[in-house]
Amino acid sequence: MSSSLERHKYDVLVIGAGGAGLRAAVEAREAGLKVAIICKSLFGKAHTVMAEGGAAASMGNANSNDNWQVHFRDTMRGGKFLNHYRMAELHAKESPDRIWELEMWGALFDRTKEGKISQRNFGGHEYPRLAHVGDRTGLELIRTMQQRIVALQQKDARDHGDAESFIKVFAELTITDILKENGKVAGAYGYYRETGADVLFEAPAVVIATGGVGKTFKITSNSWEGTGDGHALALKAGANLKDMEFLQFHPTGMVWPPSVRGILVTESVRGEGGILTNSLGERFMFKYIPDVFKDKYADNEEEADRWYTDQDNNRRPPELLPRDEVARAINSEVKAGRGTEHGGVFLDVSKRIPADVIKKRLPSMWHQFYELAGVDITKEAMEVGPTCHYVMGGVDVEPDNAAAIGVPGLFAAGEVAGGMHGSNRLGGNSLSDLLVFGRRAGMGAAEYVKNNSANPVSQSTIDTAAARIEAPFKRTGGENPYALHQELQEVTHNLVGIIRTKSELDDAIVKIADIRRRSASVTVQGDRKFNPGFHLAFDLDNMLLVAESTAKSAVLREESRGGHTRDDFPGMNSTWRQVNHISSFDGTQVNVAKKPLPALPKELFDLFDPHELEKYMTPEEMSKGGSN
Amino acid sequence: MANGVFSSSRAQISEKTLRTDKWWLQPLITFSVLVSFIIYATFRAFENGNYFVEPLISPFYSPCLSTECVQGASLLGTPFGIIHIFGMTLSPALIILIFPLGFRMTCYYYRKAYYRAFWFSPPACAVAEPKEKYTGETRFPLLFQNAHRWFFYAGLVFNVLLTVDAILAFRNPEKQWGHLSVGTLVLLANATFLWLYSLSCHTCRHTVGGRLRNFSKHPLRYKAWTLVSVLNHKHQNFAWISLFGVAFADFYVRQVATGAFTNFYFF
Amino acid sequence: MARKLKLRIWRGDSTSGGLKDVTVDVNEGEVVLDVIHRVQAEQMGDLAVRWNCKAGKCGSCSMEINGKPRLACMTQCASFDEDETITITPLRAFPVIKDLVTDVSFNYKKAMEIPAFEPPVGMKPGEPRMEQIDVERSQEFRKCIECFLCQNTCHVIRDHEENKKSFAGPRFFIRIAELDMHPLDILRNRKKTAQEEHGLGLCNITKCCTEVCPEHIRITDNAIIPMKERVVDQKYDPVRWLGSKIRKREGIL
Repeated sequence: MSSSLERHKYDVLVIGAGGAGLRAAVEAREAGLKVAIICKSLFGKAHTVMAEGGAAASMGNANSNDNWQVHFRDTMRGGKFLNHYRMAELHAKESPDRIWELEMWGALFDRTKEGKISQRNFGGHEYPRLAHVGDRTGLELIRTMQQRIVALQQKDARDHGDAESFIKVFAELTITDILKENGKVAGAYGYYRETGADVLFEAPAVVIATGGVGKTFKITSNSWEGTGDGHALALKAGANLKDMEFLQFHPTGMVWPPSVRGILVTESVRGEGGILTNSLGERFMFKYIPDVFKDKYADNEEEADRWYTDQDNNRRPPELLPRDEVARAINSEVKAGRGTEHGGVFLDVSKRIPADVIKKRLPSMWHQFYELAGVDITKEAMEVGPTCHYVMGGVDVEPDNAAAIGVPGLFAAGEVAGGMHGSNRLGGNSLSDLLVFGRRAGMGAAEYVKNNSANPVSQSTIDTAAARIEAPFKRTGGENPYALHQELQEVTHNLVGIIRTKSELDDAIVKIADIRRRSASVTVQGDRKFNPGFHLAFDLDNMLLVAESTAKSAVLREESRGGHTRDDFPGMNSTWRQVNHISSFDGTQVNVAKKPLPALPKELFDLFDPHELEKYMTPEEMSKGGSN
Repeated sequence: MANGVFSSSRAQISEKTLRTDKWWLQPLITFSVLVSFIIYATFRAFENGNYFVEPLISPFYSPCLSTECVQGASLLGTPFGIIHIFGMTLSPALIILIFPLGFRMTCYYYRKAYYRAFWFSPPACAVAEPKEKYTGETRFPLLFQNAHRWFFYAGLVFNVLLTVDAILAFRNPEKQWGHLSVGTLVLLANATFLWLYSLSCHTCRHTVGGRLRNFSKHPLRYKAWTLVSVLNHKHQNFAWISLFGVAFADFYVRQVATGAFTNFYFF
Repeated sequence: MARKLKLRIWRGDSTSGGLKDVTVDVNEGEVVLDVIHRVQAEQMGDLAVRWNCKAGKCGSCSMEINGKPRLACMTQCASFDEDETITITPLRAFPVIKDLVTDVSFNYKKAMEIPAFEPPVGMKPGEPRMEQIDVERSQEFRKCIECFLCQNTCHVIRDHEENKKSFAGPRFFIRIAELDMHPLDILRNRKKTAQEEHGLGLCNITKCCTEVCPEHIRITDNAIIPMKERVVDQKYDPVRWLGSKIRKREGIL
């Protein structure tokens, strides 16, 4: 096998071709390096295309009161102060530049009357802050990045005679292992999905930008690629995952009809005036405003409705509460028997906004449901409920250069990295996260490569990686990967889902371990050529590690915060706020340890009203007033 | 040699198309209607008669530019003498017909219609076309399609003339103004449809504003472009309606001229 | 609630292949991609199919269903008669790899041939001011999800392999139009190269690209024809040609 093995040498290998991966690749190329980009699917199809609402950046185009400090405060608040402060700070400060830069690469955002980039309201953001293009902002972002890569390749073709001399995109390729030699990253090993042929990449720096883990769950908005590959690759390479118990269940996923199950109904539907009602017709969100938000959200319908036309003198409608609050509220309504027959609630925009305005403001939303399911959102209410949407947890990284802690040469950015969003991500912060930390990962990798030359991969390392890929074909009479995947999804959905308890989580940990044991004997039908069963065998392995890490972190955290809700510990606990959960992998199982969360420095501490911080922090923390 | 969907690299499927709907119906209708029109128009263009009866003139013969024209029909005078080709007298219709014909032949909508219905290039979407070679509109004679703009301008002149014809039809046979007949309405409708067809044309859309890069610097032209764009959505409909309109106007004038119809006057 | 659906799925690779009959359960509200997945999980574990989002946003699951180029995730099973057999094949304009997966690299090569966006020299990020009406035309083309159904249905290359060298295809005509109408782009030879290098003249505007576009982009009316008209401005309009010679710049812009 290895005699004919395809080998490539690059300075930086970027795994994942979504927004973060492409942004990292651009940065590394502009630093003069040779970059390989690995896409699991075709170039330009990554899950980033699904992002609808927009990219949050405090450009202040819609409201000049906006600035990075306000954005930082909103992000910390949304994350329930479990965010790594430095990531939230960098993100808030750098997002506007990242958006403006896209414009120079050809992006066409919607405009204000003055000709600037228009910004829209979104849950948890104090001011209109989301740069957007209708409701297809993610598509705009990935297409712009894709075209930026092509532009750089065209330049390389002119300057060096070969378009792929500095950046090459490897489409439909799965990475199965990150390779290390002498304790440092040396490259990665994988196979072409099309042919099944093995391929080796030797590179001193690897950027993981593989996105999320949604496919671990039964109902999810994620595409098939969201199988936690990067999370698992990092774990197996010796890096750690942070706070894997925090998963965002988007409050409004379609629950009916089945062809659109799990698909998101973007928050802008509520931002534009959509309201949530239960089967009794009650606008129930008024009952679920937490105390910490009482002064920012309207407690009566009249004020809430006035807000759409006069935002300065009225509090916001409670439909625009942070996502976790809305998800929890919907869940409570359904559990109390006030849900629809398919287990959701109604989200209605049709009675409040004229049809042509809906089509103009939410074009792809309208189009999507009309085409996919024959549902016309300008005429009827949607049936919505929580769907697994985003994982806040991820690779434990250094905020400034996105370096994975513990593995020299490994970097991670985007959804696969942890810390930025704390326990709950605000809508719109993911697209700007991709850009800000994608760039920083590219910079970090470039800086690293300057001081660390190529690290050759040994034959034994190659043989081990190759044997792992060959294994499913050598077994006979084993488990069906599709069946095991379904079983795993049932376990996570039922036992590690939106509302959790100790007994169920304990049960889940046992069951996941059992599926993992059985997965060792997975066999696949057919040969290596474009074989989905074969592909799933590896994805399954990744999802199992993610699920184990999530379940084990979740059982330890005895409080409810953001994307982690414990029935047996319903309140938020200030002591738990000081704790990050760090998952590591010892070769046989995932172990979770506690690590203290870095304290807020004084200058950032002082950006908040102490009365607000008191709701999150212990008296000791308050009396210190920040870390320096 | 296998080409196209039967190339060796493509998925091996022996059918030209696996479409199960009546994909052949649309080109068949287009073919039948266009052929019928061509037969009727050819007959009328060569008939060289029954095209004028005070105050109505057939759109096929307006403006009538030859000394051959019957009295009263030549609004713009008679710059052409009687032309003979191979011993036959050339009908005055043939002098002018090239302009409306050229406009329609080079029209972006009709191109689609006849490329599909007559050339089978392709007969319908995802139905393999029979021809081996294809060069599109890259060389003569189809390169000539780019002359659409000139026919568009000429078409506007004709629209003006046919509008004048319609206005002149507000007279009675004694040339007194203030009368309205069925013929008036027929010519008026014909002129209206022709205007709608011309104004909804892609070239018109381009000329009024489509060629601009920044609409915001040309608010009036933007407005015009917006209006033409709305019409442009219906260009296909206007193309057919105006075609029937022209044929019917001619037919009506002919029937009145031969005495088969009496041109009823409302007042 | 579940009923049986009869399918004929093309299976094979570049050397051989054919339609295979299969019967599968289908539930109310399901799309063709749902039943393909069921076939995969229950009967043909190695059936190759591309898909990502299952929401009509990524443009991966392009295939031909009853002979029509479509996205499998946007084709509802309910749109067929109950006793109808649905025929599913890979795209027929591109080389087949396996089963329903084709080699669409042609499109990525063409993307590389279109000169990238070029902003004004010296313009700094954050400086651009563009009005909504000036960006709307290009925004329509940026809705493209690159499913390549337009490329697949276009007879210029579907029926004539030899034209692939010289023809960029509808997807890239809208890219050219997008850039030529972009308020900030400074490249002024896009019209000329559209005609001379990317094969705009090969298009005979038979509109199949528009018919199959799942995003309902009016490819022919809003991009190809306007580009053809812009080419006419430059190449086939003597008055404008003379004018541009005198003013030494392109067109009226």
